Amino acid sequence: MEKFVLKYFNLIRTIIAILIGLVISVFLIYVVSKDPTFSLKQFLLGPLLSRGRFSNMIETTSPILFCGLAIAVAFQARQFNVGAEGSLYLGAAVGTAFAVSTRMPAFLHIPLVLLVAAAVGAAWNFIPGVLKAKLKASELVSSLMLNYVAYFLGLYLINFHFRDKKAGYLVSLQLPATAWLQQFIPNTRIHWGIVLSLVFAVLVYFFLYHSTTGYEVRMTGFNEKFARFGGIRVSRVVILSQVILGLIAGIGGMTEVMGIHHRFNWQDFPGPGYGWDGVIVAIIGRNHPLLIIAASFFLAYMRVGGQVLTLMSDVPAEMVTVIQSMIILLITAEAFLSRWRYSITVREAAR
Amino acid sequence: MSPLLKSILSPEFGFAILRVMTPLLFPALGVAISSLSGATNIGLEGIMTVAACAGVLVSAFTHSLILSLAAGLAAGIGLAALLGYFHLKLKADIILAAIALNMFAAGISIVFLFLFTGDKGSTSSLKSQLFPAVQIPLLHSVPVLGPILSGHNVLTYGALVSVFLYWLITFKTPLGLRIRAVGQNPDAAQSVGINVNRTRMYALLLSGFFGALGGLYLCMGYLSWFARNITAGRGFIAIAAATLGGNMPLGTFLSSLLFGAVNALANYLAPLKVPSEFIQMIPYLATAVALAIYAAQAMRKRRGKIKERVPGGSS
Repeated sequence: MEKFVLKYFNLIRTIIAILIGLVISVFLIYVVSKDPTFSLKQFLLGPLLSRGRFSNMIETTSPILFCGLAIAVAFQARQFNVGAEGSLYLGAAVGTAFAVSTRMPAFLHIPLVLLVAAAVGAAWNFIPGVLKAKLKASELVSSLMLNYVAYFLGLYLINFHFRDKKAGYLVSLQLPATAWLQQFIPNTRIHWGIVLSLVFAVLVYFFLYHSTTGYEVRMTGFNEKFARFGGIRVSRVVILSQVILGLIAGIGGMTEVMGIHHRFNWQDFPGPGYGWDGVIVAIIGRNHPLLIIAASFFLAYMRVGGQVLTLMSDVPAEMVTVIQSMIILLITAEAFLSRWRYSITVREAAR
Repeated sequence: MSPLLKSILSPEFGFAILRVMTPLLFPALGVAISSLSGATNIGLEGIMTVAACAGVLVSAFTHSLILSLAAGLAAGIGLAALLGYFHLKLKADIILAAIALNMFAAGISIVFLFLFTGDKGSTSSLKSQLFPAVQIPLLHSVPVLGPILSGHNVLTYGALVSVFLYWLITFKTPLGLRIRAVGQNPDAAQSVGINVNRTRMYALLLSGFFGALGGLYLCMGYLSWFARNITAGRGFIAIAAATLGGNMPLGTFLSSLLFGAVNALANYLAPLKVPSEFIQMIPYLATAVALAIYAAQAMRKRRGKIKERVPGGSS
């Protein structure tokens, strides 16, 4: 048992953090709600009990997973770039513009639109990458600022040039059907973008753990000086990791447009927030692509639970934000439970 | 003269700069003092949010400015203490912990809003007190300078005093000396008996104090309500302002003034026939550009120094 705990300590710690988060959520619901038992049931079981909500959860997983993978590549290189949101937004906006202004068969249209979004996303995060590699400017601050700039740029592009004036609200023109990602399960909106996000999880896993460049990324994150000493061109890795971040996030944003609404409809300031969700799941999944799949699913579960809460009970969905922030605080706290681990290690050694 | 140029050259524009600068200067001082201690606090966005929310709610229900000031400060400093606890005691990475706390602040403020008002959008339905504007007796009647410098919100003057306060703390008190020592070389500081963690905690609490004032001003001076996303990235712009100012009092003040001027200019450009998206973009774009220019210059300076030095001396 103790050996098992030591071997999977990080996983167990994460699970304990999540359990504590859930306990806090139970507590909060009891404080906030007038009918806590009902609200709690809605929150925890709501996403699972109806077909519609369950599929909602799967749909929500996809953009979160894309952004989580994107962030993980940069975080593995210890680049605190949080620009997934900007790349997702601008990538999707330009991709939408491209999709509505071109006509071609689906087998060409879909990959080309995705390519445009990927290129825009990658180019956008090339900026903080270069600023960091060449000038040592904080990628955190520059990517944060560029997130806002991307929001306004994308909004301008859609609202001034590709707006559907016939629609009663601010949205882009509808994508031609050749650029739709098909929803392949009847009565749900589950689309091929979800499959693509899973494929990307596997790709990123192989990139990080089974390729030379991936090794360089991890080594740079592990110890930059050591990596440089070992002959790794660190500034190249710094830029590349952030470009890959932008590329994946751009595709993630585009698949969301192509799969769900077929229009660009993210008008709320400051963007849909998937980029930040990506940061959350990257932390929960400890930057490991395969664990991030589970983390994304978990976050989507919480999100849909939050939506159910808002609809069905008197508890606001933001409660979920509170809980997830507590969870990631506990996960990032290196010393959390370290005494427990220490005592087990000592006992094992004494045996 | 074009009407735009005319309005920019008017004293009202100078007044607007100081007004817009205030909610940037406070958090910038907060970032600066924490950076000086070597534990850069990027959670000012969250600190401002909780302080503003607490201030507005308490003010709406008690109608007391003193109580809402106390509540705002308590909330802001409390969040900073939480950051300190997780970073210093539980060894969380300070960037990730601060990102988490920014999310926490965004969430908890809406939950509280909902609890007290039943509204998840904003407190605009609640009547919030405002911190009063102050006319400075003699200065008030001086032409040009008077309209620029007098008649501001008391917290705007508070921000200017805070620059001085920050200077006083960092350069004239033992705590300030310790903060700077810990920031420059924690091991050396430890070896002469300075408690590194405690010093950083104090710096973080001070950053919470400054940030809280910024949040309070934002919602009880600059505006008179609290709403979702009300800080709109000011806590992040503050990081750039502190960096540009080298975390020094005067430098941080000047860079905040610069960003204030850019923000004010954006407000003045609004009636132009430029898409509003471009105008709203200006503060963020300007911050990114300023950061890049600053970094380029710092890099050039560093290169110069390395050339002068004997090989082996690190920058």
